[in-house]
Amino acid sequence: MLDVDNKTRVEMDWSGPERLQMNMGPQHPSAHGVFRAILGLQGETVVDVDAVIGYLHRCHEKLSETLTYAQYPSIASKTDYVAAMTSEFAYVLAAEEIGKFEVPKRAQYLRVIVAELQRIASHLLWLGTWCMDMGGALGGGATIFLYCIREREDILDLFESLVGARLLYGFFQVGGTRYDIPDGWAEQCRTTIDRIDSRVNEYEQMLEDNAFFLARTQGVGTVSRELAEDVGIAGPLLRGSGVNFDLRKNVPYSSYGDFDFTVPVETAGDCYARYKVRMAEFRQASTIVRQALDALPSGPISSRPALKSVAQIRIPKGEAYARVEGPRGEVGSYIVSDGSAKPYRMKWRGASFSNLAILPHIIPGHKVADVVAIMGSVDPVFGEVDR
Amino acid sequence: MPSWLLLLLVPFVVLNVVIGMVTYVTLLERKFAARMQSRIGPYRVGPHGLLQPIADALKLMMKEDIVPDAADRTVYNLAPIVFLIPCMLIFATIPFAPGLGVGDVNIGILFFLAVSAMEIVGLFMAGWGSNNKYALLSAMRAVNQIISYDLPFIFAALIPVLLTGSLKLGDIAAAQQGSLLKWFILYPVIGQLAFVMFIVSTLAAENRVPFDILEAESELVAGFRVEYSGMKFALIQLGEYAHMIGSSFLGALLFLGAWSGPGPEYLGPLWFLLKAMFVFLLVTWIRWSFVRIRVDQILALSWKALLPATLMLLISTAVVVVWRTGGF
Repeated sequence: MLDVDNKTRVEMDWSGPERLQMNMGPQHPSAHGVFRAILGLQGETVVDVDAVIGYLHRCHEKLSETLTYAQYPSIASKTDYVAAMTSEFAYVLAAEEIGKFEVPKRAQYLRVIVAELQRIASHLLWLGTWCMDMGGALGGGATIFLYCIREREDILDLFESLVGARLLYGFFQVGGTRYDIPDGWAEQCRTTIDRIDSRVNEYEQMLEDNAFFLARTQGVGTVSRELAEDVGIAGPLLRGSGVNFDLRKNVPYSSYGDFDFTVPVETAGDCYARYKVRMAEFRQASTIVRQALDALPSGPISSRPALKSVAQIRIPKGEAYARVEGPRGEVGSYIVSDGSAKPYRMKWRGASFSNLAILPHIIPGHKVADVVAIMGSVDPVFGEVDR
Repeated sequence: MPSWLLLLLVPFVVLNVVIGMVTYVTLLERKFAARMQSRIGPYRVGPHGLLQPIADALKLMMKEDIVPDAADRTVYNLAPIVFLIPCMLIFATIPFAPGLGVGDVNIGILFFLAVSAMEIVGLFMAGWGSNNKYALLSAMRAVNQIISYDLPFIFAALIPVLLTGSLKLGDIAAAQQGSLLKWFILYPVIGQLAFVMFIVSTLAAENRVPFDILEAESELVAGFRVEYSGMKFALIQLGEYAHMIGSSFLGALLFLGAWSGPGPEYLGPLWFLLKAMFVFLLVTWIRWSFVRIRVDQILALSWKALLPATLMLLISTAVVVVWRTGGF
């Protein structure tokens, strides 16, 4: 057994059985943002890993104290910029819980539709970048990356015709949604998700019939159920380790109880299990979108009256924690209100931040090449880790 | 024309044609990959992007040449040249048509295999001289990989030699002339198996995905050439592609009948080129649809599967050859 706890710092002119300290990041082709992993290597084997975060810190929580409830949702999308709808969702849910705002049924359905589309878009980006980590920017990985980006474009087009923006939306507002769907949007949405469903089948064929892909993912980065529960990871990682926990089912919010869907669970806990969970979530997300589009009620999209000033919306004194199931796991928002137009305090629970804590537990003992496969399967977004 | 002039002229022409081909083969690969990925590929420079390789070459020449402070300057500067020379030398024994080549010596295939294995010296020098951790890891992987994959590569290439009974590349090609059925890829069972093994070990010897653990940009950034820039980088790139084209020519010669094809005899080199490009695109096709495998899996694949398989095939080919010539 390799001595993991005993760290020594070794430079290039090392001799004997000492370690080679190698930086992976913050500037690295597969760092998924600005993540720095200091790897201790013995040959090709990683014996210890030191994770350094904080390169993308933008004072999001402090910033929210200076912005009103009408302003902040569009800034909230910048925490997790790959799944921008999710963070907006968590923020407005917390504000609505303190203010006891009624959200019209149509707005709740619209929220579900965009959240699930966002999940598909986020998973597409994950699949592409993860395969690029394993397959190389000059190899089969780049091929599947470009296929995924092509499909993600279609969803971004949908968001563009809905909101006007392609990456950071500001679709949510306290009390409902800011925009209603334009004419013909529902049809466009249906054809898009049908197409993505069939394309996802193609990706599955391309990857699962490929012995090299299976060799790279099966049995790599195994997270046991106990470890998963101890560390507190969430989302597809948790479900890949055999824990059936999904906030959409366990603590339904925003009318998720109205829809019929299943929560995919795998028990193996390795990279391949996490991949299987996410691939199944593609299908579940499109089922939910189809049901929501079919049953979309008519009526107002927001209970909030039109505002003359951004500071006009006030929330009574109180505090609340709201959480939603994002593509990466539980995204939580904790707001303390003092009765003014701005939160007194605000705290994010980023899913990627909690999921990242699993890395030092599973990386040691693997090869260098596995580090990128494991990191990609955790799917961190550093805007959300550092906030 | 005096014979000494011919001796100088032919290598000069071959060398320049190879360099020209390397530049345009990059465009071919980029266009091919782009089509696979539902993109257009280079399109802006010249009609259909035809001048893109020229623009790339000019760009690389104008780039600043950076030598890291900590690098071992002599080794670092020599490495691209040491790498490039064997990659160019492999063309020396390839006959592009009957009698057309630099030197169709009687141990041509051995020369090819020996020289193409030499490039590892340049690779290791580049990795070591850069004094960079990524480059060092990559250089160590390179040595590992060459040792494991040169044996199956040699054994697969020796099967046509057994079928012909000659180490001279010209003889191997000549044995496949006349009819499509004489191509060694159509030799029952042995031919197809040998071709598949040849392609797999070619992929590894050329460091293409799925065996490109040397440059593995998602782990080791760019591997042994991470510190190289400008013309030195271009020389390494040139060597890699020259090696790839050389291996494609060898594959076309050993298995696809070299210059045999319909039409008059002077079309022979064209057929040879087309077949070599077919082998090149086959390798490219595999490259752009697979993910990379891990270093330990690469070694396992070589020593546990590919090496025994090629060895068995070599022995059974020998038995078949002896049996068919009535040796028993």
